[in-house]
Amino acid sequence: MIRVVLPAHLRKLAHVDGEVQVDVEGPVTQRSVLDALEARYPMLRGTIRDHTTHKRRAFVRFFACQQDLSHESPDAPLPEAIASGAEPFLVIGAIAGG
Amino acid sequence: MSRVRVLVGTRKGAFILTSDGKRQNWEVSGPHFAGWEIYHMKGSPADPNRIYASQSSGWFGQILQRSDDAGKTWFQPGTPAGESNKTAEGFPKGESNKFVYDTSPETGKPLTTHQWYDGTPHPWEFKRVWHLEPSLDDPDNVYAGVEDAALFHSTDGGKNWHELSGLRGHGTGPAWQPGAGGMCLHTIIIDPSNPKKIYIAISAAGAFRTDDAGKTWKPINRGLHSLYIPNPTAEVGHCVHHVAMNPARPNVLFMQKHWDVMRSDDGGENWREVSGDLPTDFGFVIDVHAHEPDTIFVVPIKSDSEHFPLDGKLRVFRSKSGGNEWEPMTKGLPQRDCYVNVLRDAMSVDTLDPCGVYFGTSGGQVYGSADGGTSWTAIMRDLPAVVSVEAQAIP
Repeated sequence: MIRVVLPAHLRKLAHVDGEVQVDVEGPVTQRSVLDALEARYPMLRGTIRDHTTHKRRAFVRFFACQQDLSHESPDAPLPEAIASGAEPFLVIGAIAGG
Repeated sequence: MSRVRVLVGTRKGAFILTSDGKRQNWEVSGPHFAGWEIYHMKGSPADPNRIYASQSSGWFGQILQRSDDAGKTWFQPGTPAGESNKTAEGFPKGESNKFVYDTSPETGKPLTTHQWYDGTPHPWEFKRVWHLEPSLDDPDNVYAGVEDAALFHSTDGGKNWHELSGLRGHGTGPAWQPGAGGMCLHTIIIDPSNPKKIYIAISAAGAFRTDDAGKTWKPINRGLHSLYIPNPTAEVGHCVHHVAMNPARPNVLFMQKHWDVMRSDDGGENWREVSGDLPTDFGFVIDVHAHEPDTIFVVPIKSDSEHFPLDGKLRVFRSKSGGNEWEPMTKGLPQRDCYVNVLRDAMSVDTLDPCGVYFGTSGGQVYGSADGGTSWTAIMRDLPAVVSVEAQAIP
């Protein structure tokens, strides 16, 4: 079970409070986590990454285990603590204006 | 007695104002979609309880919202919470916020480029929906004008969108360029006497018309004169801010261009200036009285470099002669120290009698007139900056 923390606006879109949890089959990567997230919460498609290219939206960042993973390959394995559920995968709206 | 609903889109959410036919006391609901930019909301003429809303954010992109109960509840068409995003056969379900530009059928490559601010070619990139226009007779049939400028169409209530790419691909696309607000398709007008005839306007490309429901398009900018493009009378490149029509006289169009108020009496084939005695003819909004096709409204703005009213006086100018002769409407509007702007989709009229007129400002005020523009009251004073205003008469 992968834990994902969404920013407030996306929690509201997905009609959830707090963390969400998704199951990932196979390697735990940004791509597989986001695929699982969007499969469970289809209303989030297009809000974190582009519909077609799957490129991360410019003002969205991915943090985990005190690291900025935004510029890692989407197919790179995420830290073991994410895969084990010990730490959440954080989707963050970049701090930029009001 | 009919009631009226005013849909207000702001930089930080949506508000719905409702009143009876007197239009003196208003109920307010909102903010809906708090914290998001709501560029436009519009109700279906065929079902006033069906409302579409464009919700967007620089962070999270475009969301398309729909209400089937007059704005009490909202949902994203095609993506119900908790359901799979694929059909039983494994195909993607509708994605109401997916706006993908057509590519060339021959090469599979992008259809064309447009000009960037520096004049270099730039690929089309979707940014947001500026305007939603439900069809006149089917609540599920709706058009979306987007940035970068293109027209999209949905026939399933907003679940799926496809581009009417004859507009971008008709030949002049490489000469279009963004205005200060982006290269947006902001105006969509369906001819009530012939729904296959649709007018659209783009900043900064100009006005265009289709006579075959969007398959083919032609620029309709003859008579426009713009000093900010190399050829002031070019076929395209004009910064048209808004166009308005009275449904009873669909061949007559009124336009607020960057500078100049214009009029066409032949469906946009030819335009002539009707700025007349306006103190300044720069502005964004223009609208037509619901029952008097020659009564039009504008809010003059000082200039393209000073986006606020002249002399700090917020005045709606009304012409009862279809242009040229204008009178300032000031009763109830601030006449000193007012430096707000009124954006292009932030004026609307209702169809009650007398005609109601509404507009919203960048300072968060929504003003309404229940007497055809003669006198005004502030319905709301302290909203976030208003981007769009749409009035609906409801049973």
